[in-house]
Amino acid sequence: MLTWMILVPAIGAVVIALLPRHRPDLHKLAAVLFSSVGGAIALYMLSQFHTRTPGFQFVQNSSWIPSLGIGWHLGVDGLSLFLLALSGLLFPLAIIGVTPHEDTKPYYSWMLLLMAGSMGVFVALDLVVFFLFFEIVLIPMYFLIGLWGHGNRIYAATKFFIYTMFGSALMLVGIVATAYLHQSASGGRLTFDLVRIATDQSIGTAAARWIFLSFALAFSVKVPLFPLHTWLPDAHTEAPTAGSVILAGVMLKLGTYGFLRFGLYLFPEASKTFAPVLLTLGTIGIVYGAVCATMQRDLKRLVAYSSVAHLGFIVIGTFSLTVQGIEGGVLQMVNHGISTPALFLLVGMIYERRHTRRIDELSGLQKVAPVMAGVFTLVMLASIGLPGLNGFPGEFLALIGTFRSARWWGVVAASGVILAALYLLWAYQRVFHGEPTEANRSFRDITFAEGLVMAPLLVLIVFCGLYPKPMLDRIEPSAKALVVHVAKYANDVDARDVELPPVAAAESGK
Amino acid sequence: MMFAQIQRALPTPEVTWSALAPQLILMVGGVLMLTVVSLFKKQPPKGVSAAYAVIVAAAALISTIPLWHRVLNPKEGPTGLVSNAIGLDGFSLFITGLLCIAVILVALVADGYLVREGIEGPELFVLLLLSASGGVVMVSANDLIVMFIGLEILSISAYVMAAMHARRLSSQEAGIKYFVLGAFASAFLLYGIAMIYGATGSTNLGDIQTFLSQNVLLHDGLLVTGLALMLVGFGFKIGAVPFHQWTPDVYQGAPSPVTAFMASAVKAAAFAGMIRVFSVTFGTYVLDWRPAVFALATLSLLAGSILAVVQTNVKRMLAYSSISHAGFILVGVHAASKGTSAALFYLAAYTFMVIGSFAVVTMVGRTGDGRHSLDDYKGLGRSRPALALAFAVLLLAQAGAPFTGGFFAKFGVIAAAASSHNWSLAIIAMLTAAISAFLYLRIIVFMYFEDTGDASAGVHGPSVRIPRAASFAIGIAVVATLALGIIPQPFIQLAKDAVPQLSSSTP
Repeated sequence: MLTWMILVPAIGAVVIALLPRHRPDLHKLAAVLFSSVGGAIALYMLSQFHTRTPGFQFVQNSSWIPSLGIGWHLGVDGLSLFLLALSGLLFPLAIIGVTPHEDTKPYYSWMLLLMAGSMGVFVALDLVVFFLFFEIVLIPMYFLIGLWGHGNRIYAATKFFIYTMFGSALMLVGIVATAYLHQSASGGRLTFDLVRIATDQSIGTAAARWIFLSFALAFSVKVPLFPLHTWLPDAHTEAPTAGSVILAGVMLKLGTYGFLRFGLYLFPEASKTFAPVLLTLGTIGIVYGAVCATMQRDLKRLVAYSSVAHLGFIVIGTFSLTVQGIEGGVLQMVNHGISTPALFLLVGMIYERRHTRRIDELSGLQKVAPVMAGVFTLVMLASIGLPGLNGFPGEFLALIGTFRSARWWGVVAASGVILAALYLLWAYQRVFHGEPTEANRSFRDITFAEGLVMAPLLVLIVFCGLYPKPMLDRIEPSAKALVVHVAKYANDVDARDVELPPVAAAESGK
Repeated sequence: MMFAQIQRALPTPEVTWSALAPQLILMVGGVLMLTVVSLFKKQPPKGVSAAYAVIVAAAALISTIPLWHRVLNPKEGPTGLVSNAIGLDGFSLFITGLLCIAVILVALVADGYLVREGIEGPELFVLLLLSASGGVVMVSANDLIVMFIGLEILSISAYVMAAMHARRLSSQEAGIKYFVLGAFASAFLLYGIAMIYGATGSTNLGDIQTFLSQNVLLHDGLLVTGLALMLVGFGFKIGAVPFHQWTPDVYQGAPSPVTAFMASAVKAAAFAGMIRVFSVTFGTYVLDWRPAVFALATLSLLAGSILAVVQTNVKRMLAYSSISHAGFILVGVHAASKGTSAALFYLAAYTFMVIGSFAVVTMVGRTGDGRHSLDDYKGLGRSRPALALAFAVLLLAQAGAPFTGGFFAKFGVIAAAASSHNWSLAIIAMLTAAISAFLYLRIIVFMYFEDTGDASAGVHGPSVRIPRAASFAIGIAVVATLALGIIPQPFIQLAKDAVPQLSSSTP
């Protein structure tokens, strides 16, 4: 079933590529159809998921390239379940909600390919398969930004591609090293199977730390963590609305999800060792992102910097290495994936009407577009993390987790919540309050169709905020298992060192 | 006295003709074509020569299949032929197949090219077949002299092909440059062969291997010098830095289909020879040659990727990118026996990617074969969407994008480097891959993101025409590139089965 979830959008991309060029209606229909089927599979999986089981479900493990030890190993657990559901929701919404002005055919093809790649990342349980999907998403995104983006799109697209490519270049070496060191340490055949390698934990401590760094670099670029974040504002600002939606909603999560699955799970000891570094970077990201967001004149850039801050919470939650922190991190991934795309959609609607995103050129929109102002308020409050809306539980849990294991980082990070209120409320005040200028007088309120696209997101914002328990029930077992896993291998590291000196373990295969 | 000596029958080796089928088909096919064509006053009708070359190469390709089964059959296995001058093993057959595929694809592209450029005569196809036959001789050589002869047949045909477009000055220049530097490289190689003969007393690779395994040379200066000289010779042929200077000029000047052939077949054959000599024959001297190969690989990777970025001519860009690919394959060579199959898979994937790419370059070059600047690619995504898409796929594959042959090619050599715990080379290789990604993206940017300004590129010159045969060749290249990335298992297994094996007369 997981294979189909990847294949359906991929097939859709090919089908659209084969449709005649001058039928944009047909392109959209096919895109909606295929993305909805892919999304429906994800939602069906959500309904069939066994609550309170920590392990992987819907596992599929068949051989793909046996001579290299690469298997088509897919599976879902509580950490990836909601990210899949989120992708399954956001892609159809972005496809329905935003229609490009030209070249619909390649546009929808790339969107569906992006969907297939994103789904693949979240279900891959083989290091190489994961890497393949992690990398393939770059290409559609590159074209989406470069072809349908705004102003400085080529620069932004190329910067995005090169940054991520450099980040993941070393990860490939890390993946290969993992497999070979695992083989030489525990014998047997060469394998890239995540679960095997993670449960064996046979790689020497020193080598594992180096490899962890190569993974961490790739994920840090993707998240993005300070100081590797500079591609993000450019990419977000120049990307078309749907591109921003997917970038914020799904693609940034590839990095934070990678930290959980291929950082903590694969290299528990190294994660613990480097946790202070990542906590620090995450905290800097929270404060720095918020400060930068405050100073932006471009509404879209503001939202982009707010993403840097929000993802900082996910990172500190993850590297607090506590159950609450990881739960909060996962929850925050999903919630950020609901509220920030909603913000981007709204900013996109404003841009469609006024052809500007400059905050000082917009004013008094509340008078002419009261419904949109209401929607914006709700989404904004969710993004700030108001209790009762979806931004709260994740941020709160992440902070609690951090307080428990790394108090001072938590203290600094908590200030980010206040700063978020500052920049978003201030932006809201400048855009929506006051008297509308001449140009803003003819501003049209949100249409029915646009409202229909926003509705599921708004419902989720309220629902997840008021009643996050169903989500937590499914996330918690996996988060607990992960924390136990980390504690098990990170704590008796001293004992392991005596048995197996790290250098000898690393080089015993020579 | 003298009379008696002459009377004695000259000892002639036993020849298993069937095992030599690929070489013979290609060579006889080429010579036959030359003979028949020169008997008639009139040129053969359009397309016939190309079709003939394709058929001959396909026949040679098919003839490798029974030989392949014969080699893999544990009862028969690899054998030496013609008193061990030629070896029949999986390795030689793999590269032979690759050379035949290269001939087929290049012939398909060249057909339309010759018509467009108004170059008459089937000489190009004759030379293609002869060159490929030389390549086959070279890769199956079990003797350094035979290898040298094969290399010369391969190269001399290639020199002439490079100068084929006689009306273009740059083509003549390319031919001369290629010839002079190539002859230089051959001299190095021959000198190295002589020294190795001096050190080991044989030119037979199997005998050399046996000799080295049974004797310890106390003074191996001569042998190491010979190895160094051979490395220089091979370095020239594969275009590795610092022996790469001819590559950009020759690749740029030569007719585009010929460039495709040089970048694929000539390189594959040279690499095959290199692997057979260094990784197999002198495997015991791995500690001596490995640092040199390390240096070549590192320099090629760095120079190939960094210098490519500043180019504005697509052919030159691809030339530099071929240098960086050579660096990648050298990473596989560096891993010695552990990297052989990775290098083979890389060569296979690269053959398709590079011929496809140069086929597109041929089309975009338009009449005169001169429009190769980045500006000429502006708006190709709009005016020729299928061609641009094919080129984008091939370029992304060269960059190592997932689900293309390029990814598993790079993955294979990185894994080979990792299996011999050579992390530094693996890291350098991947970092330079990220740098060269920029180069491929630049071409894609021009194809898709830059607007032409004027309505179509055709305003200022002839429009891009795509002959059917060439589009077929590009299609094959794209499909093969994707197939190698989506279902790589059979091909990887094929490369693993293609083990080089030397045969020795002395037990």
